[in-house]
Amino acid sequence: MSYVPLADQAQELHHPRSWVTKYVWSQDHKVIAIQYGGTAILVGLVALVLSLLMRMQLGFPESFDLIDPSSYYQAVTMHGMIMVIYLLTALFLGGFGNYLIPLMCGARDMVFPFLNMLSYWVYLLSVLILMASFFVPGGPTGGGWTLYPPQVSMAGTPGSDWGIVLMLLSLAVFIVAFTMGGLNYVTTILQARCRGLTMMRLPLTVWGIFIATILGLFAFPALLVAAIMMLLDTLLGTSFFMPAIIESGSPLDYNGGSPILFQHLFWFFGHPEVYIVALPAFGLVSDVLSTHARKNIFGYRMMVWAIIAIGGLSFVVWAHHMYVSGMNPYFGFFFATTTLIIAVPTALKVYNWVLTLWEGDIRMNVPMYFAIGFIFTFIHGGLTGLFLGNVVIDMPLSDTYFVVAHFHMVMGVSPVLVLFAALYHWYPLVSGRMYHEGLAKAHFWFTFLGTYAIYLPMHYLGFLGVPRRYYALGSTDFIPASAQDLNAAITIAALIVGAAQLLFFINIFWSLKYGKKAGSNPWGSASLEWQTPDTPPIHGNWGDELPTVYRWPYDYSVPGAHADFIPQNTPESEEPTADEQHFDPDHDPSMADL
Amino acid sequence: MSLFKHITEKPWERTGVIGPDPEAAFDTAPERVALVIFLVVASVIFSMLTVSYYVRMELPDWTPLTEPVQLWLNTGLLFVSSVLFQWARNLVTDDDQQKYLMAAFVGAGVFAVLFIVGQLVAWNSLQSAGHFVASNPATSFFYVLTGLHALHLLGGLWVWSKSLIRLLSGCEAQDVRLSIELCTLYWHFLLIVWLVMFAILSNT
Repeated sequence: MSYVPLADQAQELHHPRSWVTKYVWSQDHKVIAIQYGGTAILVGLVALVLSLLMRMQLGFPESFDLIDPSSYYQAVTMHGMIMVIYLLTALFLGGFGNYLIPLMCGARDMVFPFLNMLSYWVYLLSVLILMASFFVPGGPTGGGWTLYPPQVSMAGTPGSDWGIVLMLLSLAVFIVAFTMGGLNYVTTILQARCRGLTMMRLPLTVWGIFIATILGLFAFPALLVAAIMMLLDTLLGTSFFMPAIIESGSPLDYNGGSPILFQHLFWFFGHPEVYIVALPAFGLVSDVLSTHARKNIFGYRMMVWAIIAIGGLSFVVWAHHMYVSGMNPYFGFFFATTTLIIAVPTALKVYNWVLTLWEGDIRMNVPMYFAIGFIFTFIHGGLTGLFLGNVVIDMPLSDTYFVVAHFHMVMGVSPVLVLFAALYHWYPLVSGRMYHEGLAKAHFWFTFLGTYAIYLPMHYLGFLGVPRRYYALGSTDFIPASAQDLNAAITIAALIVGAAQLLFFINIFWSLKYGKKAGSNPWGSASLEWQTPDTPPIHGNWGDELPTVYRWPYDYSVPGAHADFIPQNTPESEEPTADEQHFDPDHDPSMADL
Repeated sequence: MSLFKHITEKPWERTGVIGPDPEAAFDTAPERVALVIFLVVASVIFSMLTVSYYVRMELPDWTPLTEPVQLWLNTGLLFVSSVLFQWARNLVTDDDQQKYLMAAFVGAGVFAVLFIVGQLVAWNSLQSAGHFVASNPATSFFYVLTGLHALHLLGGLWVWSKSLIRLLSGCEAQDVRLSIELCTLYWHFLLIVWLVMFAILSNT
């Protein structure tokens, strides 16, 4: 069938006619991105408050009467699930994916704007269902974010009647929303790129989001299937996962189900989920580093291949979360090996980020602070991952604070630092104004140093054998009393970091009105999203004519060029000199003295 | 698209416009690309269930279920539905055969509805025989697999009904051509999924 290029399909654009269709039932990817982002950040704040409540309990167990053991478990569970799914996944893909994909691809919008709108509203529904669990009898589920059966459905676990049902329902609805959005992101990237924009001319942001979305599309079905089967176990009394078990002295009506089967399904989703969050972060931070170092990203092709390799490998490492669940030693060996192999492309990316900075004309703008901060925290969290990937080291460390410290460094703090880097980097594009520099730098230092103050000591607690998920340590002989002092210190740091996030919110709202006008391209960025005729881009993004792309998005400090960047849509005829046409980093004179 | 060729490009070496106007990985409508990706997603859902089915089957409390004979009739209904969709798809490109198009398209949907009714009859006969969803893991899986498959089919019928309304309101066949083509692809996919599931259910 002959196919009419998207650019020529005038009816693709749905021009909003009223305030409601412009800002509420909007089909514009930029508005949907802000809706996604705003909702994700709001629900993330709930999760942040929950973590502070937990820290108050852990740091000063005798002094506060804020939460009891049941609500502590509920806080643990909801904090984890909200942060991983409803904040990070939604903000990276629904927020940044929605905003940046069409702009970076030179498209007017996503290919299916209505589906895109639907995706947001279904996501909002999933958030509302999840939040509703705070108000039902018994409260939200307290089974831990991994929702392991059978304990999650047993009477001793808080929220075992209503809470778990709402959690599973909310996850299923979220997956529907994600699938609608995900189909849109992938199809837009594949089919709606403007003239001249080949796949290998895409910014790494788009590559990261592209592969992460594919991971999500393939991994979320495992969670969906697990959620459906567990819902049936809970509501209709089937025994997919529930074994024969006795509750308060009387046998329950279950027989022969396999809790391990649930763990496999959960982690078949759960491990790729780490990369669903990490890959967009890798992409975003690559672009931030390159732009503010005024230097092309080091090893672009290798960066793309590494993203693809990590994506593929992420599907064959899941059982490293289950070493202590019991498995054939050969399986353990296999999963330990794949886990360590995945470190190779990941380390390659870290080297390339550092080499991008090497001899760059580094501008220490706020996004750069956060991006460099990310390199620190990611190396740190990645190295502890190598410890835990080995079966024999994982056994004693499993379910201790070492694991908590590891995953918070690698997939909590690191992606969040990238989020802030990206939010500050693209804030001028979205709002048309600059943020307040001083406030933003203060925000960085509090967050960066504060998170080290929180998570470094946790590694030590883990070595001492302090178990995770405990409401209180009680009188445990092998843990020295001084561990409590460390816990108190961590709590104080956490409270400071939590409060410091106010600086961010004050900044973005204050700057909306009082920030300096940003101009069209304040960072001198070469990629397409900064080349729109209007800043912020208006509906349709590109005015009358779609852009044409003549080069990759990393033409920074090109020898012989007048400016230190050449936008992607600058044709050869407008190039300052002929040198640039044959620009090859391997023969870049500025690299000659390396 | 040669993926390998694409990802080995050295983008820094060349400036200028490369490739078609505009760039698209596949020379086809975005709807078709999205549908194919969705089919992969749906395949993952059914594969996960199949794997779970085999894992759960190994546990001692499993009692094999004798599937109702009704399923053979239902398989026939879905097969006819798929064939009629294929016929409609072939007719839509042939201007001389438009008079049969409506019959084929309506027939395809009706047979799909009959299939779902047939599945409900099968559920009913299982329940009358005392096989409820929680009776045994084999029956639980039967209800989940057939239920999810029927839900996918209902989604397809929603698109089918939208296209039917357009056809009935005097829309040109060319305007619904893509929709008919995609419905056909989706129906063939669901037929294959059903055949695989039916084979697994019958043999275990």
